[in-house]
Amino acid sequence: MVGVGETDYYKAGQSPDAEFKLTLMAIINACEDAGIAPQDIDGFASYSDDRADPSHLAAALGCKELRFANMQWGGGGGGGSGALANAAAAVATGMAECVVVFRGLAQGQFGRFGQGPRRNVIAGDMAHTVPYGLMSPAQMFAMKVQRFMHDHGVEQPALRSISLASYHHAQQNPRAVMHGRPLDEEKYDASRWIVEPFHLFDCCLENDGAAAMLVVSAERAGDFKNTPAYVLSALSGSHYRAGASVHNTPDYATSTFKTLAPRLYEMAGVRPGDVDVLQSYENFTGGVLMSIVEHGFCEPDACNEFFVKERLQAPGGDLPLNTSGGNLAECYMHGLGLNIEAVRQLRGQSTNQVERAEVSMVISGPMVTPVSSCIYGSEATL
Amino acid sequence: MSGYLKPGLPQPAAGELDAPFWQGLRDEQLLLQRCDSCQRWQWGPEWLCHRCHHFELSFAAVSPQGVIYSFERVWHPVHPALKEQGPYLVVLVELPQADDVRVVGNLLGDPEQPVPIGAPVTAVFEHHNDADDPFTLLQWQLA
Repeated sequence: MVGVGETDYYKAGQSPDAEFKLTLMAIINACEDAGIAPQDIDGFASYSDDRADPSHLAAALGCKELRFANMQWGGGGGGGSGALANAAAAVATGMAECVVVFRGLAQGQFGRFGQGPRRNVIAGDMAHTVPYGLMSPAQMFAMKVQRFMHDHGVEQPALRSISLASYHHAQQNPRAVMHGRPLDEEKYDASRWIVEPFHLFDCCLENDGAAAMLVVSAERAGDFKNTPAYVLSALSGSHYRAGASVHNTPDYATSTFKTLAPRLYEMAGVRPGDVDVLQSYENFTGGVLMSIVEHGFCEPDACNEFFVKERLQAPGGDLPLNTSGGNLAECYMHGLGLNIEAVRQLRGQSTNQVERAEVSMVISGPMVTPVSSCIYGSEATL
Repeated sequence: MSGYLKPGLPQPAAGELDAPFWQGLRDEQLLLQRCDSCQRWQWGPEWLCHRCHHFELSFAAVSPQGVIYSFERVWHPVHPALKEQGPYLVVLVELPQADDVRVVGNLLGDPEQPVPIGAPVTAVFEHHNDADDPFTLLQWQLA
């Protein structure tokens, strides 16, 4: 990972620029960060049905040749690290030499997430949920989290600690949308319910902006302007019949990482205890909690003791979490901002820098299918 | 009969896979998909049995009782029809007599009642006969 780029981040619907332009701006910024000519990009990888078509991007950028045009299936942020995995696989197998992973969103231009359907009739899987008032992402996932909390005796303060960590970090990050808007226990507890067990502050933002990251082979990684981050592992997937419709996956109360996480560590050759800093996609805090459990940082029955804010906050905590402010308080760039923050930590450029960060992990899109995760390492980890 | 939720949400339309289910609710029966070959249940409906891969599937009656597998109390309205609704309860009900498949419905009664996961519930067929295309929803109450 030799270059990262972002646009300014805006509240949903407030970008002055069109979505496609935002994506181009992020890619140009990543190229400048790396010292790569945009014409030398030969591959594109995205996720969640991004609307920027690689052929159009390559034409707009004047790319000399297009060798890899890839879309990771699945909605939400589940493909954030999956797109990276696809880009890395393309480079590793020689299909392409310089692949950009990107995501752009301008909801003012294209409509918001989190809204119920506006049709009069509805057919298919959604006919079995929407007429009962179960239609938004928060409502789909609260049901899973409620069951997990029931099974393992998890209490509300465990979720609250995750939210507090993101807002704590955002206060040090001037780019964060929630910079200057701190959160404490009282404000969290007094906030309205969206759907139990999620308060307002358990739910991600909705934003406009774009982010991009450049992947080249490890052999070339030293040839660029900035300190490279090495992809030690990156995977996507889900468990048995995770996609069974109408909430019928047999293993229900899960963030979908149980089968993926062991493969992730094996590929990277690291253990949970080796991870210095963690970015874990917050669509909703309950998904973060289950993700951290399923990646082996905490036993499911020990969540109330484990999830305390002191542990999750940089610089002092032993598992600094979402150190840019993440999807709750920096920006909801469908999680690609989390990958960029993971790289910043290895470069020593985070606004909440963790000392001697060598192993930096990202968990993308809990509770959807497929989900994905990745582990970046510094050169010293190779 | 008026519904648990205020009117105005999208109403279900029968599809190619689930038409017998919706007709069953009209007739106050809970019909779910069962494999003709291995006789096991599956839900939501699919074109083939995920266990034995036979394409011959039928709909058969399941006794309309279940247990609450999970639930949620919704406060924030995401649809204009629910602006004046106030809180409401959605339950995920598991059907032990049908290989533990699950269905979604509302839990009737006080929306602020405590909801015990694992509690037995009984189906209530909520008819919407005044709709242009009449339909029935599958609701639940504590047994």
